[in-house]
Amino acid sequence: MHSNPAQYDLIAPTTLEAVLDILASEPGHYTPLAGGTEIMVALGAGRLPRKPLVSLQHLDELRFIEVLDSEITIGARTTFTDIRRDAVIATDFPLLNLAASWTGSVANQNRGTIGGNIVNGSPAADSPPALLVYDAVLTLISTRGTRLMPYGDFHLGYKKTALAPDELVHSITLQRDFKDYIPYIRKVGTRNAQAISKVAIAALARMNNGTVEDIRIGAASLRDRPTRLPATESVLQNQALTVETLGPLLEKARAALRRETLPIDDIRSTARYRSAVAGNLLEEFLRTLVAV
Amino acid sequence: MSEPTQPGPLFTVGSSPLRKEGVAKVMGQAKYVDDITLPDMWFGATVRSTIARGRIVSITFDPAIPWHEFTIVTAADIPGENTIVHLTKDHLCLAETHVNHPNEPILLLAHPDRAVLPAAVAGVQITYEELPGVFTIEESEAPDAPAIWEPAPEDALHSQEKNVFKTYLMESGEAASLETIFANAAYIVEGEYRTGAQEQLYIENNGVIAEAFRAEDGSLESVKVQGAMQCPYYLVHALELVFKLPEEKCRVIQTETGGAFGGKEDFPSVIGSHAALLALKSGHPVKICYDRAEDMAGTTKRHPSRSRHRTAVSKDGKILGGEIDFALDGGAYVTLTPVVLSRGTIHAPGPYHWPALRVRAKAMATNLPPHGAFRGFGAPQSIFGTERHMDKIARVVGITPEEMRRRNLLAVGDRTATGQIIHDTVDMQQMLTRALTESGYHAKREEFARTNPTSTIKRGVGFATFLHGAGFTGSGERRLNSLVKMIVDAKTGNPHILVSSTEFGQGTNTILCQVAAEVLGIPYDEVFITQPDTKIVPNSGPTVASRTAMIVGKLVEQTAIKILAALQPYGYEIGNTFEQFKKAAIAYGIEHGDVNVEARYQSPGDIFWDDEAYRGEAYPAYAWAVYVAEVAVDTSTYSATCTDFYALQEVGKVLHPVLAKGQIEGGVAQGIGYALYEKCVWQRGHMANNQMTNYIMPTSADLPPLHVAFEEIPSIHGPFGAKGIGELPMDGPAPAILNAIEAATGIAFTEVPLLPEDIFERMTANGNTGGSEDLNPSIDRDTRVESVA
Repeated sequence: MHSNPAQYDLIAPTTLEAVLDILASEPGHYTPLAGGTEIMVALGAGRLPRKPLVSLQHLDELRFIEVLDSEITIGARTTFTDIRRDAVIATDFPLLNLAASWTGSVANQNRGTIGGNIVNGSPAADSPPALLVYDAVLTLISTRGTRLMPYGDFHLGYKKTALAPDELVHSITLQRDFKDYIPYIRKVGTRNAQAISKVAIAALARMNNGTVEDIRIGAASLRDRPTRLPATESVLQNQALTVETLGPLLEKARAALRRETLPIDDIRSTARYRSAVAGNLLEEFLRTLVAV
Repeated sequence: MSEPTQPGPLFTVGSSPLRKEGVAKVMGQAKYVDDITLPDMWFGATVRSTIARGRIVSITFDPAIPWHEFTIVTAADIPGENTIVHLTKDHLCLAETHVNHPNEPILLLAHPDRAVLPAAVAGVQITYEELPGVFTIEESEAPDAPAIWEPAPEDALHSQEKNVFKTYLMESGEAASLETIFANAAYIVEGEYRTGAQEQLYIENNGVIAEAFRAEDGSLESVKVQGAMQCPYYLVHALELVFKLPEEKCRVIQTETGGAFGGKEDFPSVIGSHAALLALKSGHPVKICYDRAEDMAGTTKRHPSRSRHRTAVSKDGKILGGEIDFALDGGAYVTLTPVVLSRGTIHAPGPYHWPALRVRAKAMATNLPPHGAFRGFGAPQSIFGTERHMDKIARVVGITPEEMRRRNLLAVGDRTATGQIIHDTVDMQQMLTRALTESGYHAKREEFARTNPTSTIKRGVGFATFLHGAGFTGSGERRLNSLVKMIVDAKTGNPHILVSSTEFGQGTNTILCQVAAEVLGIPYDEVFITQPDTKIVPNSGPTVASRTAMIVGKLVEQTAIKILAALQPYGYEIGNTFEQFKKAAIAYGIEHGDVNVEARYQSPGDIFWDDEAYRGEAYPAYAWAVYVAEVAVDTSTYSATCTDFYALQEVGKVLHPVLAKGQIEGGVAQGIGYALYEKCVWQRGHMANNQMTNYIMPTSADLPPLHVAFEEIPSIHGPFGAKGIGELPMDGPAPAILNAIEAATGIAFTEVPLLPEDIFERMTANGNTGGSEDLNPSIDRDTRVESVA
């Protein structure tokens, strides 16, 4: 332990309103604490900013999965275990189900929350690529009221988000209209479990008679933030995918992917590796589409 | 040598009773050092160097910290010598004027509140005049390299050259005629192979509690250290010098130890001395327990290595002669490196017959934290090179890896490279047949040859054949002069084994009690083993070198035989019940007190070793093995996964099948980590990935099914025929896996750890896109291969 826990105050207001009041009273002064799986690591390593912690752990009003006919809303404090166990997520949003299953260890999944995962803003996080391709919409809440934000607008830079200092993520809403899409997701981590992504791709495509009607590609660890790959998507959009066209299309798509990503060399991998493997994963996905 | 007489079949040895300390561990009752608190105990922390090499210019203390609350220890506070003694005295207990590696201890702090220590450590500012460092074997051996280490005059035996800790020259057979042999050989095959550092990653980090006791006049009377460790007497000897105290005034107790793998062999001498210095100055017991980041950055790792082979081979694949240059990166101080180098040197020839061989070995100084003991102790490094090279020779000659081995394996009656005659009745030819059959090796080779061309996942099988010596090398056991005691309590009738051999998860307590119970003819549950405390237990040697079962077990057997002899006049015989044993012990006790016997190691008469010429009986006995690995290389992610593993070994009598299988499984898992996952990322001597998030140890999700098989040929050197088993499984996985990867991809990788990024760079080199069609296995991309007409 490289921090002194005695230097961190922890308050646990009993209601969501009380938490929001506290956050509004001194915006930026507090660190909200949900599952704590990231905060405890930072504390152990001695790099947790010395701010008082506001616990959200007991706020059950943030832990829910609400299923309507047309959409599903996931409370920010919903754990990865909750997500893995939800039958509707498993059938309608398989990419999210799988991403949750790859997050940390089982113990991490029991504590870690989907809201905490996106607020933490890691470019390598497991669930963001899936949420990006499902066009998730966030509900953000503060004493000033609630606002909706497309999840695609949420990440602004490395560990930088559009969340205001007095705001919490309340919930995440997904439209249930991906039944006709072919899903693809692959995480290339440093090992098969308890690993951080070296590169990950989550993707969806809707095909019509061999033509790509709609394609969405989300990626982790390829830029300073979780990201969609719009240039790569537009290369493929409305293209006929056949054994003959695959080669040239792939070449263009790989080139677009290289242009719109900025992978880095770090302690886990190299930029060259990340870039090449991202292209290979894209190829793996497109090959599954040719057969359809 | 006296042999126990056994009237019937063995009743305890060869079965798998519960581990002696198993229930306490499972129930959470076992006390590890960080579970222990002493009255008025303080906590210690270490201020370490932030640079690799330099002169300490100034040390200042942040005025915001209330330093009067702390005890601060510097080298000036050391009552004895400022040294951590191993083979020589170059390793300081605390740096004084210079530092030679990152994270070198400079100052020690103690405080009653553990939580304030990290900020205090950060509040000590040290400035340096930085000096150039060397960080690899190549940088260290370069003619113009800075002299980062110079041998002291008294170290002339170890080395006389800058940056060279130790050299060995081992010549065997017709070594003098090597040039002629090379000149006439059908093939000369050369290769260079490298292995990386590896962290032991015991579950429990290094930790101790120390106390210092003063006489009435205030002078230091004695010190006492308890903690996680393998070798309590190593720490006793370190304390004797640091505190200028006689052996009996330095008491060391091993607490329950959560794994070690060699990482708690030499290092407890450092942390134990530090805690005792703080205890002496503060007047309080002081606990130092590293956290994972400090343990990984500051303690020992496996030595990185480089092996260069040049081998003369006949047209039909028989080895005619060879030269092996073996080099280790020793880190900044000598510590145990010469011994690691020795084991690596002796194991470099592998289980093969070399008509002529010259092995040149050297250990180089670098500005990394000192590398230390780790399961295998030099052998995994040199065996990796040799087993990869055997596959290369096979490819050059145009025979299968199997045939290459068959034509060169040692057989009974042959001589090893040190001239030792193989007396064991092991049949490596038959073991190879069994291993390849039971692992499905040939069927898999055929299947993968069929399926690989159309798959993005390339699969392959490979194997390694090897041996590992049990016990200390050469005359080492004679020097250790180990002593074992056994006491039968005259009240309860229970025998107690007294040894300094420690339990750290591998089964020492259990197997030694099994041996005693078997000899005495009483139930395993009635035999106890005393927690190692140097005030009570004799020095049975360090718990290292695959020696506990064979060497210490044999001494336990001898003490038990003496107990039997003592109790026989009082009416106890084999075949009687424990009640009768107890009755005899009580009757003995009325006349003499407790039965108290001891046995000291005596070298078997036929063991001879020449330390200068490296000739003779290198080890009393060897364990023999054939390991077969199956791999899958995904050409989309360039990742290699071990998908199946088969381990066959001959280890003498298996004392406890469940523990023995566990040893092999654990060692293979560690070997898979060594081969494919575990990479120490060094940045100017500092381990940059000193956390388990980024130092990638394989999880159960990364490991294949592990099939473990034993052959048991009893050895006269161990109790009931047991030999050593602890280190063996570390030797085989890395070469077997890389041999399998070559079979799968056609690429001859020569270095571990082999990460996906490394495979990527090779597969995409020369403009290749990575498909297997780009990889012609007949093209050697590594090293020169010449074919002499």
